[in-house]
Amino acid sequence: MAYTKRFDGRGFEEIRKMSAEVGIISRAKGSARFQIGDTIAIAAVHGPRELHPRFLRKPDKGVLRCDYDMVSFSVSERKRPGSSRRSMEISHVTGKSIEPVLDLSKYPNTVIDVFITIPQANAGTRCAGICAASLALADAGIPMKDLVVAISVGKAGDKVVMDLTKEEEDHAEGATDIPVAMTPRNGEYTLLQLDGDISKDELKEALVLAKKGCDEIYTLMQKTLRDSFKEKK
Amino acid sequence: MGTIITKDRIVIPGQVIAEGMDYLPAKGTFREGESIIATVLGLLRIEGRLINVVPLRGPYLPKAGDVVIGTIEEIGFGGWQVDIGIAYPANLSMKEATKEFIERGADLARYYNFNDIIFATITNVIRLKAVDLSMNGQGLRKLPPGRLIDVDPTKIPRIIGKQGSMISMIKEKTKCQIVVGQNGKAWIKGETAEDELKADQAIRKIEAEGHNEGLTEHMEKFLE
Amino acid sequence: MKEYLLGLIKDKKRMDGRGLSTYREPITIETGISKKAEGSARVKIGNTEVNVGVKMELGTPYPDSPDEGTIIVTAELIPLSNPNFESGPPGIQATELARIVDRGIRESHYLDFKKLCVKKGEKIWMVLIDIYSINDEGNLFDAAALGAIAALRDAKVPVIKDDKVQYGELTAKKLPLDKEAPILMTIHKLGDEFIVDPISAEEEAVSARLSIAIKGDRICAMQKGGADGLSLPEVEKAIDLAYTQVEELKKALK
Repeated sequence: MAYTKRFDGRGFEEIRKMSAEVGIISRAKGSARFQIGDTIAIAAVHGPRELHPRFLRKPDKGVLRCDYDMVSFSVSERKRPGSSRRSMEISHVTGKSIEPVLDLSKYPNTVIDVFITIPQANAGTRCAGICAASLALADAGIPMKDLVVAISVGKAGDKVVMDLTKEEEDHAEGATDIPVAMTPRNGEYTLLQLDGDISKDELKEALVLAKKGCDEIYTLMQKTLRDSFKEKK
Repeated sequence: MGTIITKDRIVIPGQVIAEGMDYLPAKGTFREGESIIATVLGLLRIEGRLINVVPLRGPYLPKAGDVVIGTIEEIGFGGWQVDIGIAYPANLSMKEATKEFIERGADLARYYNFNDIIFATITNVIRLKAVDLSMNGQGLRKLPPGRLIDVDPTKIPRIIGKQGSMISMIKEKTKCQIVVGQNGKAWIKGETAEDELKADQAIRKIEAEGHNEGLTEHMEKFLE
Repeated sequence: MKEYLLGLIKDKKRMDGRGLSTYREPITIETGISKKAEGSARVKIGNTEVNVGVKMELGTPYPDSPDEGTIIVTAELIPLSNPNFESGPPGIQATELARIVDRGIRESHYLDFKKLCVKKGEKIWMVLIDIYSINDEGNLFDAAALGAIAALRDAKVPVIKDDKVQYGELTAKKLPLDKEAPILMTIHKLGDEFIVDPISAEEEAVSARLSIAIKGDRICAMQKGGADGLSLPEVEKAIDLAYTQVEELKKALK
């Protein structure tokens, strides 16, 4: 059976409704909330601060450390609080997706900690987390050569689609999930993962779609950062 | 030939500000090929050929000559370690701590004790881990217990104002003594708790609205 | 700052200008903040924010109470919410917070455990209450306890089919809760005075605290914390102060 109409009624190339906000956590140096559909990510930046253990310190620049975790009630079946193999891997790839844009040369021997929490999940949480983290770092005033923007594309049933929902990830006829992060100015991928089964041509199509999605998210992120300085009436 | 690409007053990291070799990247920017790009969220300032972005938020970077407010964190044999709000404590040696002669083996806590607040100057920065302080200079001293608040270090110039005009106005209207450190700390001591709260709120207001036009008038109104 | 705060309190003053027994304003409670939880709430006291979710699972009853369901309260003081919090399994601070909230609900019989029995001796509802700190500017205890009550009130029992919980499908049935909710107030000793709802700087300067859960006019749980002891007159004073605040917090729950 062909997948002719999306479960939530969107067009195949359509992104879910998004919203973003910075400066939501007063105890952090920088913070942000990023929502895409029912998926919500919040991120906070602490530091630059002292790094332990010592052997992780770098004498020529600061170190970025990302920590991703989901709230126990963010998913239908309660997730046990605390880290898992999954959250550790996502923390790692999140860090790797953001690191290329950061300029931490002014903060040698220190760590910049980014904590990402997912209060509510409906697919695409690592991508939402990367968008929130990127906004929080800009909000903290950490020097960056670009923002990092992320979206999940892939295949649900027989269709290449933008921004999969959980329901589409569980499509009876199979699904392919491709989380992608990009640096918008030079169009480089800083996160690229794939789970599923897809042809070479379909993958190319999906990656073009990802670029389109990232452009849309980038516009929102720019606006969010600018609007955070709007005069409050 | 060079062109300024953006009309924005506030630019964001990664945004292309100018194209061409006529312009030069200064603070808060870098060059990539022909483009000059912002690295921080901030206000665009073009001074002749120089492209600057003045950050609107961000961590404190210590530099020699800055005056800072710190808290004594550790007392060692040869001096003190001082928390000035950066990743690692700054050093205050006996020699730089006081004009008094300190006898060998003296109890250094008699001069500056744990949790004492000091107003000091930075004499030397090698790395974030090696920042040296001195108490030799005008106005540098131990501050009595007072209200110590953290503000975004990028907002300190606004809080001080041109030739100290803003901070003078707050001091005068609130009748408080106020000391501001470039490391994003302010110390307030007034006659009443209410005065101190007013001074605190005034500083917070500048922190939140410092980038807006007409700040001085707003502040005058607020302090009336 | 400690010396400064102790100086102020001698004149019965606080750094943000509040009275000794005045909570920050506003106290806001939003419910239904999560589409995945059976019940959820966001509590803000001033800038302090706590999120609480209720999930329900089917379990086996304890042998000594074959016809009773149960609650499990967990608190996650996540490092996002406070630069001094560390990653990793809950420390003593989070554990104590969860235990105090647990006892306030359990000992006040706010939730009727007997009505959580699905099949005697075999199947019961376990109500899992998970507390997350989002922004810690002080007084997580009282915020967390309010959040737990609000999330329980928000919760609806999920559908059971073939002995399995159908997550995402909720019945119209609410949890068996008493009309009167237990209210937790933590009274802090700062210098020689007692205050409520400390901000972070005040928390670092207090010498002792007493958490008191009150339901109706009865006390149903207490926990003394902090470095210093409290005399009997001081305990009485703290309890009297708590009683004056109950109505204020109840209003926020409405």
